[in-house]
Amino acid sequence: MMRLLIDLWEGVKIAFQALRANKMRSLLTTLGIVIGITTVIMIHSIIMGLNAAFYTSISALGSDTLYIGKFSWMSRTDWIEARNRKDITLKREGNAIKEYATLVKAVAPTVSAQRTVKYESEKLNDVNIIGTNEEYAITSNVEPEYGRMLSKQDVDHRRNVCVIGWEVADKVFKNKNPLGRNLSIGSYPFRVIGILEKRGNLLGHNLDNEIIIPLGIFQKQYGARRWVTIEVKVIDPALIEEAKDEITGILRRVRKVEPHQENDFAINQQDMIADMYKRLTTALYAFAFGVGSIALIVGGIGIMNILLVSVTERTKEIGIRKAIGARNKDILLQFLIESLVVTAFGGIVGIIAGFVFAKIIAASTFLSATVSPVSVAIGIIFIFIVGTFFGLFPAYKAAKLDPIEALRYE
Amino acid sequence: MLIKLEDIKKIYQVGAEMVGALQGISLNIEENEYLAIMGPSGSGKSTLMNILGCLDTPTSGSYKFTSELVSEMDDDQLAEIRNRQIGFVFQTFNLLPRATAIHNVELPLIYNGTPSSKRKKIASDALERVGLADRMNHRPNELSGGQRQRVAIARALVNNPKIILADEPTGNLDTRTGEEIMEIFEQLHEQGNTIILVTHEEYIAEHTNRIIRLRDGKIERDESI
Ligand SMILES: Nc1ncnc2c1ncn2[C@@H]1O[C@H](COP(=O)(O)OP(=O)(O)OP(=O)(O)O)[C@@H](O)[C@H]1O
Ligand SMILES: [Mg+2]
Repeated sequence: MMRLLIDLWEGVKIAFQALRANKMRSLLTTLGIVIGITTVIMIHSIIMGLNAAFYTSISALGSDTLYIGKFSWMSRTDWIEARNRKDITLKREGNAIKEYATLVKAVAPTVSAQRTVKYESEKLNDVNIIGTNEEYAITSNVEPEYGRMLSKQDVDHRRNVCVIGWEVADKVFKNKNPLGRNLSIGSYPFRVIGILEKRGNLLGHNLDNEIIIPLGIFQKQYGARRWVTIEVKVIDPALIEEAKDEITGILRRVRKVEPHQENDFAINQQDMIADMYKRLTTALYAFAFGVGSIALIVGGIGIMNILLVSVTERTKEIGIRKAIGARNKDILLQFLIESLVVTAFGGIVGIIAGFVFAKIIAASTFLSATVSPVSVAIGIIFIFIVGTFFGLFPAYKAAKLDPIEALRYE
Repeated sequence: MLIKLEDIKKIYQVGAEMVGALQGISLNIEENEYLAIMGPSGSGKSTLMNILGCLDTPTSGSYKFTSELVSEMDDDQLAEIRNRQIGFVFQTFNLLPRATAIHNVELPLIYNGTPSSKRKKIASDALERVGLADRMNHRPNELSGGQRQRVAIARALVNNPKIILADEPTGNLDTRTGEEIMEIFEQLHEQGNTIILVTHEEYIAEHTNRIIRLRDGKIERDESI
């Protein structure tokens, strides 16, 4: 053990000496490694950044909420076929789930439309109007910042009240307090009873540009919709699969689906989007890995090449070392360490450059980047693999030199 | 018996031609002998020395060093013998050009795992023995030929080897410096070391007490003085 530590330390010293003697060459040699590691770290940081951004952006879809509609979120279902399916209705499906499902905590049918909203002289186009019931607060996990959410009375009596999103409050009411004021939504007046907390984006869809109104009044004013989504919150996230089975059974019954027929409805959930995203990023990972690997192989071959030159140049030195008692493995270790030191130098520069580039890209495009210890670990693992793999052949060649022939070399 | 050579042959193949550098050398060397190998150029002196120093292996024949059969050792065992039992001094010094005198002397210690705290002391003692206490941190190109050869001798001594082999150690030095180097060998011999050296000069050989003359890869004469 002692012996090995001395060897390693001496090896590092020898390596630094050799590299100092050939500064320019060492520098150029590491360039390939720098580029390789930079690529890997940069792409990894950006993927990590994308991941973080993605998962925050789908967090508005609760992981324990099911979204029941005619269309599946997965592109796999046949769209034409799905369009001709029986509509999901509030009465039939909504009530059936409410009545028979035992594993659900809240059921909120939702319909939506874009409307222009006005208050005095302020106007806002294309606001997403959602008609739903009082359980929407639970299914979509949203709370009012000021005022209150819809109550059962509001919904039952189809009151002309609304809860507005953060951005609506900001843009339409400016610095006035919206609570209690009348907002006109597509020419019908609604009294503002609550303002939602700031919610951000859901896959690029602005959740703060929303207004929630009672379902009944929505249908009365804007007509019955064919696009109904029933949001269902499961009592326990662990029971989500059981809940899906239960709801599937209820829906097949009320929609009179024959046993041999497939479901003519879709139960969607956050997982599906995450799965799709994962498949997408797997491809991106593979691409990054490919590009990085090629760069590293090119860099590694550069290192191997320069080490072979170095072994030839230092044949005499190797002969001297062997003449005074260096064993083959001492010489092997010496050149392996040299390889690792060069690679490590290039790798560290690459790690830093990778982070810098990732940050620059993040700052100048819509992408985001996360600097993580995982990236550094990946960089270090690559350094070790490349340094060892491409150093091995030159080191072996040096170790196998015949002492007397090496000594005679001029 | 320190060294026992039996019918050592070394044949080189140069193109289609076979060169018999050594053509059956048998030789016994006792402990604390001081021996010179002489002979015309190309007679096989260096070849014999390299085999004695475990740097080279014979084509046939047996080589026993302190009753161990060198001709059957593997690379690691040979390295171990070179490191601990043999100190080799070359005509061209063979120092590492970028390393200081003391670092050059330390090298054999590094390869047997002597911790660095002890290494410095042993190496500087060895340099002191060859009169170079004041040149420890000089690099070879900052030293004279004689001084370089002293560094090489200090390096050969540093592991207290059983035997010191010197192939024309004074060959690259002027007469006066050569004499100084020979004085060091003389002292080492008096301290009980076994020394074998190759030389062309009769006056150098006169320092020793046994002269082996080679011709065409054979021992022509073996005389004790
Ligand atoms: N590597 C080699 N390949 C082929 N022939 C060799 C090799 N080394 C030595 N020889 C031959 O072996 C013979 C002995 O060489 P050696 O170097 O032992 O001579 P020497 O006695 O040391 O000569 P010198 O006094 O000039 O140093 C020579 O004929 C030489 O040409
Ligand atoms: Mg010679």
